[in-house]
Amino acid sequence: MADFLAMGGYGGYIWGAYGVTIVLLAIEVALLLKRKRETKT
Amino acid sequence: MTAQSIKWFWFASPHTFFPLAGKIARVCAVLAAVFGVAGLYVGFFVAPTDAQQGEVYRIIFIHVPAAWMSMFIYVVMACWAAIGFAMHTRLSAMMARALAPTGALFTFIALWTGSLWGKPTWGTWWVWDARLTSELILLFLYFGFMALVAAIDDPRRADRAGALLAIVGVVNIPIIYYSVQWWNTLHQGASISFTKAPSMAATMVVGMLLMALSFWMYSIAVALTRVRCEIAESER
Amino acid sequence: MRARESSISPSIDLLAVVRTLLWRDLLLAMRRRSDVATALLFFVIVASLFPLGVGAEPNLLRAIAPGVIWVAALLSSMLSLGRLFALDHADGTLEQLLLGAAPLGVVVAAKTAAHWLVSGLPLVVIAPVIALQYDVAAPLYGVLALSLLLGTPVLSIIGAIGAALTLGLRGAGVLLSLLVLPLYVPVLILGAGAVDMAAAGLSPAGQLLILAAILIVAAVFAPWASAAALRISTE
Repeated sequence: MADFLAMGGYGGYIWGAYGVTIVLLAIEVALLLKRKRETKT
Repeated sequence: MTAQSIKWFWFASPHTFFPLAGKIARVCAVLAAVFGVAGLYVGFFVAPTDAQQGEVYRIIFIHVPAAWMSMFIYVVMACWAAIGFAMHTRLSAMMARALAPTGALFTFIALWTGSLWGKPTWGTWWVWDARLTSELILLFLYFGFMALVAAIDDPRRADRAGALLAIVGVVNIPIIYYSVQWWNTLHQGASISFTKAPSMAATMVVGMLLMALSFWMYSIAVALTRVRCEIAESER
Repeated sequence: MRARESSISPSIDLLAVVRTLLWRDLLLAMRRRSDVATALLFFVIVASLFPLGVGAEPNLLRAIAPGVIWVAALLSSMLSLGRLFALDHADGTLEQLLLGAAPLGVVVAAKTAAHWLVSGLPLVVIAPVIALQYDVAAPLYGVLALSLLLGTPVLSIIGAIGAALTLGLRGAGVLLSLLVLPLYVPVLILGAGAVDMAAAGLSPAGQLLILAAILIVAAVFAPWASAAALRISTE
């Protein structure tokens, strides 16, 4: 597991890339769902 | 007017499109999750370690699909813009507007992941590689579109102005891409571009394609949901 | 049954239209000389700022000169675009032109030509002086001037689309820059690239020919896009 996270020493870069991507996509979805809730009311 | 010609514009009415958009969005959201999980699995557990770059090349499973989507979405956006411009259908313009933020997001993701890939491989956080530089300009094109549409109060003028800008942009993109590529070969000389990823193992290609499909389904789901919000807001 | 009367307006002398509009815009620009001079002064100032920023080492300056001069020309050209339609829009002339018999594309082309003569052509003339400041080798002056001669009209022509789209909007100036700068990139790359090629001893013919091609295509198609944009902005 630790090996997996370390990714041969490049862990920071890989998880930085994947992490930010997932966070940004999640933010987009969250903002959109919020907007959807507000227009429904 | 034949029955055939009426069907063409059946879904051009926001009212009839609304439920259809919802159904498609839900299906695509599920598909996005499925493809995403499959793609990540292949990317991390099936694709082998690269001989030259080690593990860090795995960023490619986000970088390349995101770049593909950023360009694909712009073209689709421009198509909707052109349709709206030519046929005066408001819904087409709304679709273009709904796609823009997602396209810009994927462009940013492509730049971000490109930067994080560049640091360990080429040593710097930013590389004036032809593709990355073109992506940066594409980001400006997206921002320009969103800024223009946001700056105009009248919805009809906003639709048509944005449409014209999107069309002018899409025509210019090949010109921009080729001029940047030429500029890159002139100035960079020895440095290699990102796209020369070492001979791709089949599993790597599969991983990228799965992630691309995932992003594609995600984009459709998000854009359609956004359009539904716009339709609901415009009817208030 | 009588044949329908022709609905085509009496034939217009297009050349006369172009000549009149060109002359009018030039005259108006001359009356507002300070606007014109400011944009040109901006070009000179920006070009003078770079050595202050990067240091006065001659080799460095010689290397960055084409790029700096081109970027300064770009920015200066962009600054003056606001004037293209805004003044006519403010005093109602634009509406008259829109309602007039002359094709709007031709009107736009004429106005853009006047704009270039006043804001672009002077840059071509001043650029060698700036190049002197950067200690650019003398044979390159010709290529520099030629690249600007071919490129600045394209900047005006494409910029007109942006100016038309942002007509009357709040924050139009900055928005115009955001819209138009990405579209300027190929011209910048080719223009500065031509001078760089000449500096390296290679022939700049390729870049200059592509620039010329872009100029021709832009001159033919862009005025219609600007005309469409004008109609959108004034409805």
